[in-house]
Amino acid sequence: MHGGGTPPPHRGCADDGRSHRSTGSNIGGNASTEGSNASTDGGDIPRTPHPAGATPVVTRSAQGGTLKLLLWQAPTILNPHLARGSKDYFASRIICEPLASYDQHGTLVPFLAADIPSLGNGDVAADGTWVIWHLKPGVTWSDGRPFTADDVLFTYEFISNPANAATSGAQYDLVEQVEVVDDHTVKVVFKEPNPAWSLPFVGPRGLIIPRPGVAPATTAVSPTQEVAEVGAEAPANPMMVGTGPYRVVSFVPGDTIVYEANPYFREPGKPFFSRVELKGGGDATLAARAVLQTGEVDFAENLQVEAQVLDQLQQTATSGQVITVSRPLVEHILINQTDPNRETSDGERSSTQFPHPFFSDKRVRQAFAYAMDRETIATQLYGANGRPTSNILVEPPIYRSPNTSYEYRLDQAAALLDEAGWVDHDGDGIRDKDGVIMHVLFQTATGSVRQKTQEIVKQSLEAIGVEVELKSIDSAAFFDNDPANPDTYSHFYADLQMFTIPYDSPDPGAYMQGWICDEITQKVNDWSANNVERWCNPAYDALYAQATREMDPEQRRQLFIQMNDLLVEDVALIPLVHRTRVSGVSNSLEGVELTPWDESVWNIQDWRRR
Amino acid sequence: MLTYLLRRALVSIPTLIIISIVLFTIVTLAPGDPLAEFALNPAVSAETREQLRVALGLDQPLPIRYVRWVTAFLRGQMGYSFTSQMPVRTLLAQRLGTTLWIVGAGYGVSLVLSLVLGVLSALKPGSLFDRAATTWALSWFSTPTFLTGILFILVFSVKLRWLPSIYTSTLEVADPAGLAALLRQSAMPVAVLALFQTATLMRFVRSAILDQAHQEYVRAARARGIREFFIVSRHILRNALVPVITLVALGIPTIFTGAIVTEQIFRVPGIGSLLVRAIETSDTPVVMAITFLYAILVVLCNLVADVLYGLLDPRVRLGEPVGTG
Repeated sequence: MHGGGTPPPHRGCADDGRSHRSTGSNIGGNASTEGSNASTDGGDIPRTPHPAGATPVVTRSAQGGTLKLLLWQAPTILNPHLARGSKDYFASRIICEPLASYDQHGTLVPFLAADIPSLGNGDVAADGTWVIWHLKPGVTWSDGRPFTADDVLFTYEFISNPANAATSGAQYDLVEQVEVVDDHTVKVVFKEPNPAWSLPFVGPRGLIIPRPGVAPATTAVSPTQEVAEVGAEAPANPMMVGTGPYRVVSFVPGDTIVYEANPYFREPGKPFFSRVELKGGGDATLAARAVLQTGEVDFAENLQVEAQVLDQLQQTATSGQVITVSRPLVEHILINQTDPNRETSDGERSSTQFPHPFFSDKRVRQAFAYAMDRETIATQLYGANGRPTSNILVEPPIYRSPNTSYEYRLDQAAALLDEAGWVDHDGDGIRDKDGVIMHVLFQTATGSVRQKTQEIVKQSLEAIGVEVELKSIDSAAFFDNDPANPDTYSHFYADLQMFTIPYDSPDPGAYMQGWICDEITQKVNDWSANNVERWCNPAYDALYAQATREMDPEQRRQLFIQMNDLLVEDVALIPLVHRTRVSGVSNSLEGVELTPWDESVWNIQDWRRR
Repeated sequence: MLTYLLRRALVSIPTLIIISIVLFTIVTLAPGDPLAEFALNPAVSAETREQLRVALGLDQPLPIRYVRWVTAFLRGQMGYSFTSQMPVRTLLAQRLGTTLWIVGAGYGVSLVLSLVLGVLSALKPGSLFDRAATTWALSWFSTPTFLTGILFILVFSVKLRWLPSIYTSTLEVADPAGLAALLRQSAMPVAVLALFQTATLMRFVRSAILDQAHQEYVRAARARGIREFFIVSRHILRNALVPVITLVALGIPTIFTGAIVTEQIFRVPGIGSLLVRAIETSDTPVVMAITFLYAILVVLCNLVADVLYGLLDPRVRLGEPVGTG
């Protein structure tokens, strides 16, 4: 499949500055026509063409022309730390850069960092309590001011200020402080040993934003003149300044963002286009058409189109092709360990006080796992959008467990249920035991693929004598946080439910935390914790605790694989489909390299016409 | 007349207040959470979500949120969008022009079409032309716009490659080429809207004219030997248009709120697509602003329609003591 195999062109190739990203070793030579003597107090408004102290790097001989991007979910906000979802990170990633980012193999690639810290080069503390990042010298913001360590500090200050309600905050929870060592060195100190030292300032949640100038703030925290009486205080500056290859010209939230080449971009000859237009809105099918058939756009992101439709579009494609990249997302079925039909004295259902009448028996859970026809679900419903899996932890590939497997065997499933004592005593075609009928309520969010998956699962389960009731809930209500709404995934007032945990960090720590006993979601914590299955296993907790301290990457990797195996072996959940991100790219465009850990546009400086 | 207008305006105020309360209650109590997109995501902690909730003012009780919203609305910026954190006024201003252009053009085209077709088919009711026109208009009316829209794209963009399927909002109309591009990209959305609306208006025009055609004064005019053209244009049409104008005036608010489905399909950055997205993401301030502006426009246009009625039809003298008219 496209996107596998060859490493991105910009790793380790310092020989050719024109078509490859350079590594830190030669960046000084590349980027440096101006000194870093620029005064920071220019007070420049963002797009002053030639602010004092800095001149555009090159009068470039790029290809020119316009690059057209299409997102059917339109970006609404440009400040990456206030982003509401991938669509917003996508838009701001064109403007801003992190210190480094993970490629599809799970390897760190430097952006604003001169090199990658490691235990070996002494930039990561042996006890995991700090990390030192060296920054590329001679980098300039798109308004002409020099980029320094102080901007990294400001980014941290912005994120950690609760008033800003930064959505990228969770990766910075363990940060004690950020120290400016010198103009081009920052030290990130952690509250406790942190094996996930590489998360802060890395990837889309680590984009560096500039400290506002002296005059009217150029970025982020510029409150509008109007005192906001209502809701948000409008800190979202539509004219985001960054260090990336393009800078914003105009922004209509939910519709179009126009970018132009950033004349201060440090790599000569890049970017290749003089203008980028990012259009949003519409739906996925029409987006696919626009890139594959009419050729109106060069790149369309996240084509979540049903398998048959996409197949057909691909076969008749004339102007573009489909490319995919594995995502760290697994559509899975959650098995409730508690009884959704019994109420506690204060009205709570699915309480840990009452174990589930049949799912507390591991054999029953195993039987259900055997009854999942993952092959059919993946090929018929997901197509290019996913493949069957037996693991819940699937990315980066090094964490993918080789120890698990899946089988669709209804006879095995029936045998296990018989063995557990669940047989059809009263002859009504439905298994029962001690007067309890094996009836399951299976819920998920509304969506055509999900409803069809439900049907396939229902068919198999009914074939082995399980009565299945299906329920679909509007996603807005299903993913609601309201403790008063009984229909949320988190209340889990059903026996089975299905969804994907939106997970985008190359370190599995936060993800795997979701199954420890302390995370069990209940009324006492307003159903705000992450262990929705209410599955509690001391062995898992012990593994997790060990992983939070283990500094040796290989040891830690083994721990996460063991956790995955435990979840699968004990059937806390049933993984179904390992999802991929499908994008459409024009035949005339080259240089597109995707990674699951950053937005598709992470290397947009290399995108060019054939 | 003036006192009547004043009285009507005053009466609309409590109406609007009630509408705003009902709207606000429905919009805020509807299931859905502006922060739903963060649910489940371990990268966005519960704490962060709580901070966001506070930042958006969602931690306040409903009555306080309502009062805040009213204040913001009266001040003119209409609050800040939850999703883009920009003033709602700015978002509306960015999109008003496109909406007025596309939906307004659609409305205008359908108006012309329905007048022509309505008059022509009313002249010879039951004729082949009458039946053909009605069938034609009704078939567009009974095909949902999402279907016609996609059909148009398949035919004109994918097969024939005549027209673009994506509306470019950054287009600058500086030269004839720019104008041509604007017309080309507007053609499909305008056509879809116009064709959909034509049937209702056309049937209305037709029956209004038929109503008049059998009136005594028409027969009297014929008896006097006035030419048919003048009978239709001076007598029948003038009288028949009174109810039509009311209908047209009442349809005007929909121009401002955009065409939800059509805008989605052609990616027209209008107010309709803004509304849909705001509803999807529970962006209360935006939903409130658009729906409430719509309410105001409906009330206003009703008022305008009544006034027009009085101007067009001398028999209707509203607000004056009965008997003097």
